[in-house]
Amino acid sequence: MTTDESFVHLWVSSESRVLDLACGDGTLLQSLRNSLNIHGYGLEIDPKSIQKCIEKDINVIEQDLNSGLSNFADNSFDSVIMMQALQVMRYPHLVLDEMLRIGRECIVTFPNFGHWRTRLYLTLKGQMPVTLQLAYQWYDTPNIHLFTCADFEVLCRQRNIRILHRQHIAEGLPDCYIKDLWPNLFTETAIYHLSR
Amino acid sequence: MSSPNESSLGLVETQHVSITAPLKLACGIVLDAHDLCVETYGRLNAERTNAILICHALSGSHHAAGWHTDDKKPGWWDHYIGPGKAIDTEHFFVVCPNNIGSCFGSTGPLSQNPQTEKVWGPDFPPLRARDWMASQHLLMAHYHIDCWAAVVGGSLGGMQVMRWSIEHPEKLLNAIVIASAMKLSAQNIAFNEIARRAIKSDPDFHEGRYAQTDKVPRRGLALARMIGHVTYLSDTAMADKFGRELRIGDFLVGKTDPVEFQIESYLNYQGDKFSNEFDANSYILITKMLDYFDLSRDYQHDPVSAFQHAKCKFLVISFTSDWRFPAQCSKDITDALIASGKNVTYVEVDSDQGHDAFLLPNPRYQQALGGYLKRVAAQLRIPNR
Repeated sequence: MTTDESFVHLWVSSESRVLDLACGDGTLLQSLRNSLNIHGYGLEIDPKSIQKCIEKDINVIEQDLNSGLSNFADNSFDSVIMMQALQVMRYPHLVLDEMLRIGRECIVTFPNFGHWRTRLYLTLKGQMPVTLQLAYQWYDTPNIHLFTCADFEVLCRQRNIRILHRQHIAEGLPDCYIKDLWPNLFTETAIYHLSR
Repeated sequence: MSSPNESSLGLVETQHVSITAPLKLACGIVLDAHDLCVETYGRLNAERTNAILICHALSGSHHAAGWHTDDKKPGWWDHYIGPGKAIDTEHFFVVCPNNIGSCFGSTGPLSQNPQTEKVWGPDFPPLRARDWMASQHLLMAHYHIDCWAAVVGGSLGGMQVMRWSIEHPEKLLNAIVIASAMKLSAQNIAFNEIARRAIKSDPDFHEGRYAQTDKVPRRGLALARMIGHVTYLSDTAMADKFGRELRIGDFLVGKTDPVEFQIESYLNYQGDKFSNEFDANSYILITKMLDYFDLSRDYQHDPVSAFQHAKCKFLVISFTSDWRFPAQCSKDITDALIASGKNVTYVEVDSDQGHDAFLLPNPRYQQALGGYLKRVAAQLRIPNR
């Protein structure tokens, strides 16, 4: 289990209804089902990932997140999760609003563009950073809305989104030891637990 | 045209099953007994847990797969049923009845009414999808099956599957609903009414009592099928297959010879072929059955409360170019299932084949259906024979 997934396990209640947006091959939903006996659904558009979900007996729904989530009723889920996909959305702020309408609570994770490595890359090379986490060229990247932890917190304040928990994940050296000194500089992946 | 090969069931036989238990139809009429033509493929395991029911659509029959000796092509769902295919007869015992009211040997308008000792014809009782389900339920007892591993169907077949899931929740583990809808749209009913009008307008129809004459309303039935056929295809599929190709003649200046497009000849051929195989009264009866279907009518018109009765898992499949049963209808089914807390997987298969896509080979569709059923087999611990 990855570090961000382990936090999701902490913040999801057992036997709860979980909606995983961009669920990939269903790994997270499968582990949540195994350890917390949740009742989950995943939304996905990639046929190969959908096929893997089918083989794992994960409830997967073929649906494009960019065309909205209006088919889901208000407060119909306990938790709505989106792992590493907010930066891919056409309108991340509207997706967040929708997640908080559908779910009592939300969990989002995203790559922090404020990490010192990306800052250094841009400063020294003068080019858009290509890193392990953001491994695309500017012209073919699906990550069309890159943002930092600080940006995200501003958005939460503006939209009256309550931050229940936040975790800063850094696995490189020395980041893993000093990330809490300056989270926006040392966090590789941010994970937020939100509600209205 | 394909021919039998190693992934085919080869020659298959039709069974004639007499159901002697009374069948009370939704309209109130009781059929004291009825006959069903049935085909089964694969072997029922000792625990009797590996049976799959196939529900056919408007023009389907019991002959879903494999070959009859006089066949020019295999059963209607041969692409999906057979050894190693999506509905794998190495794992499953597949049961496909021809449903009552149809015209391929099961009790229907062509059979004799035991009370009058005359052919039923247009007096055959009006049917609903639930009547087909009830008849299939009686057939289940004939094979001593307590619970279907899956009930599977496309189009009108999918309607029966949904009905099964809420009326007999204990009797199926999986419901597979393909290119279907919880009820038809006004446009869809309109197409059916045009088809029925075409049949009734044929001078040979005689109010449906053509059995007493030496003629059948072939022209009307052919026209009805031609209309239906156009709606089962997509614009793209027709353009790809026929375009504006000519079968006869050309457009050279100074010629008065007739010109015929390929699509005209194809449609006429399909219509004529169908009118020799199908019964006009059955066509009217079954299209009405489609029109009347409304999954949640008995549940305060709320599909969520209808599906709350279900206990099985669902797989819902739609096709992007299907405009007769658009993907949105399948999405609505899926949304209602999610809202009622049921386990459901929804797959929207990219296809330009229109509604007909559910019968045609498509790798994504084959994978999704096959992968789902493979997992069902694994969970039931059905060994690979």
